[in-house]
Amino acid sequence: MQPDAHACYAAAFVPPLLDPGADVPAVVTGPNGKSAMKRYNVYRNNVTVSLIEALAAIYPAVQRLTGPDFFRAMARFHIRETTPASPLLFDYGRDFPAFIARYEHAQPLPWLPDVARIERAWLDAYHAADAAPLSATELAAIEPDRLASLVFTVHPATRVVRSPFAAVSIFAANRTGGSSDRIDASTPEDALITRPEFDVVVRQLPPGGAVFLTCLISGCMLAEAAAAAIEASQDFDLATNIAGLFEAGAFTSLTSGDAR
Amino acid sequence: MDATIRPEASKAIPLRFSYAPGGVAGTSFKPEHLAAILDEGPQRGFFEVHAESYMGAGGPPHRMLERLRRDYPFSLHGVCMSIGGPSPLNRSHLARFRGLVARYQPALVSEHLAWSTHETSFFNDLLPLPYTKATLDRVCDHIDEVQEAIRRPLLLENPSTYVAFRSSTMSETDFIRAVAERTGCGLLLDVSNVVVSATNHGFSALQYLADFPLARVGEVHLAGHAEQSDDEGELLLIDSHDGPVADPVWKLFEIVIARCGPVPTLIEWDSNIPGWPVLKAEAAAAQAILDRCHSMEDRHAA
Repeated sequence: MQPDAHACYAAAFVPPLLDPGADVPAVVTGPNGKSAMKRYNVYRNNVTVSLIEALAAIYPAVQRLTGPDFFRAMARFHIRETTPASPLLFDYGRDFPAFIARYEHAQPLPWLPDVARIERAWLDAYHAADAAPLSATELAAIEPDRLASLVFTVHPATRVVRSPFAAVSIFAANRTGGSSDRIDASTPEDALITRPEFDVVVRQLPPGGAVFLTCLISGCMLAEAAAAAIEASQDFDLATNIAGLFEAGAFTSLTSGDAR
Repeated sequence: MDATIRPEASKAIPLRFSYAPGGVAGTSFKPEHLAAILDEGPQRGFFEVHAESYMGAGGPPHRMLERLRRDYPFSLHGVCMSIGGPSPLNRSHLARFRGLVARYQPALVSEHLAWSTHETSFFNDLLPLPYTKATLDRVCDHIDEVQEAIRRPLLLENPSTYVAFRSSTMSETDFIRAVAERTGCGLLLDVSNVVVSATNHGFSALQYLADFPLARVGEVHLAGHAEQSDDEGELLLIDSHDGPVADPVWKLFEIVIARCGPVPTLIEWDSNIPGWPVLKAEAAAAQAILDRCHSMEDRHAA
């Protein structure tokens, strides 16, 4: 036996797994001199099909929009380009939305990458750490002159996805098996994704809401976030946004920014 | 311990280490069956949980396990530790695995004689290894490391394979026996894998069992398989876990139980997953064989 034979079996076995044109590794064989081609192809098939199914499980609305044949072909290209870096399959596919954005055949569906981003955020919210959402009564107890300097801790599940397309409506219609016939895809929509208790919540944010929440997530004080939101959208309404975020359970605690 | 997998539930529901459930049949846990399982109220049985599916920080997956664990013993089944690979074990993966053992106090903990990660890529399949002195040393080191981390014996599962390595110098049963003797680990005997590998490599399943260290078997797996053909047009069995257990597997299972006595036995069914009544009926068929063995033991004792 060669000195490095121990280490090299994996190095020899792996490269043809995702390269259908490559020869079967010379280190393997069938029994009694039988060929190993179809035998090795079982592993090739297991790897590719199971990873396609992993992507299909993470991105069901994308698959519904493209149809299964289109989706499987697109997923197969992505898998060959980017194999999972973690044994946790629910962590796979983080690069898939960006891959879709440059996948030639997906160009006629320009909203598809944003729908994928919402689905990726949905699964992250699903697995995020548990935390009790902050009740609106705690905000009501704050003295008015301290409101401007409040800083919020967002729930571990809370995420924002912004889209120049109607990605939230398209996601909602295709995630639950509804119809997207009457959606004007060119209407920009921003998504709030969070999970106050058991169920993941995906909501469309009102005008300026994405900038507002993104600022709060980054640790801005309430007044700073509101100013940035008004700058982004003249239709921004502070009371509506705060009420919506509390109702969705987007925060877990608040502190006075003056204390920083 | 990893802060993200701290056992929050144990504050409300103190879990105790549960002893191996004896000659009881169980099934893989599938979330879509939870409502039907809970509707029935606690029954005899146990559930096997795929560790990697529950390595997220929180959310519904852990709520489901916490609820199920109140009524049933668990078997924690790792799929991706890559014990059979040449690379060092992934330390953060091992820490997550240890966290699940601490949190859910499973009666049984198992992993595979296989590998799935090479360098930085995870291939999501149970890949085969050559059986040599060098791979034996490495597998034993990996099992020592896992058992040290979880502070209890691991059950190592025999693989189903489709190819052999030219460099192998030992039989699979000699390899597994040596691993068990050196590390003190127990064994998970997958009877379906024996049938699949015996067919694929042209050896006798009965001879494999005769050579297998049955005294160390702490759990049995049974699953459905599919049929394809190899390059020579001969039967190639695929370990597909997508249907009922085949007759030759049941027959071999009866032989195993007659020799080993009643050991915890699990029905694996991981794709084309049926409704709960179908899976439960498959477990009931295994239970009947285990109970028959029990009653024969009782007669011998009398």
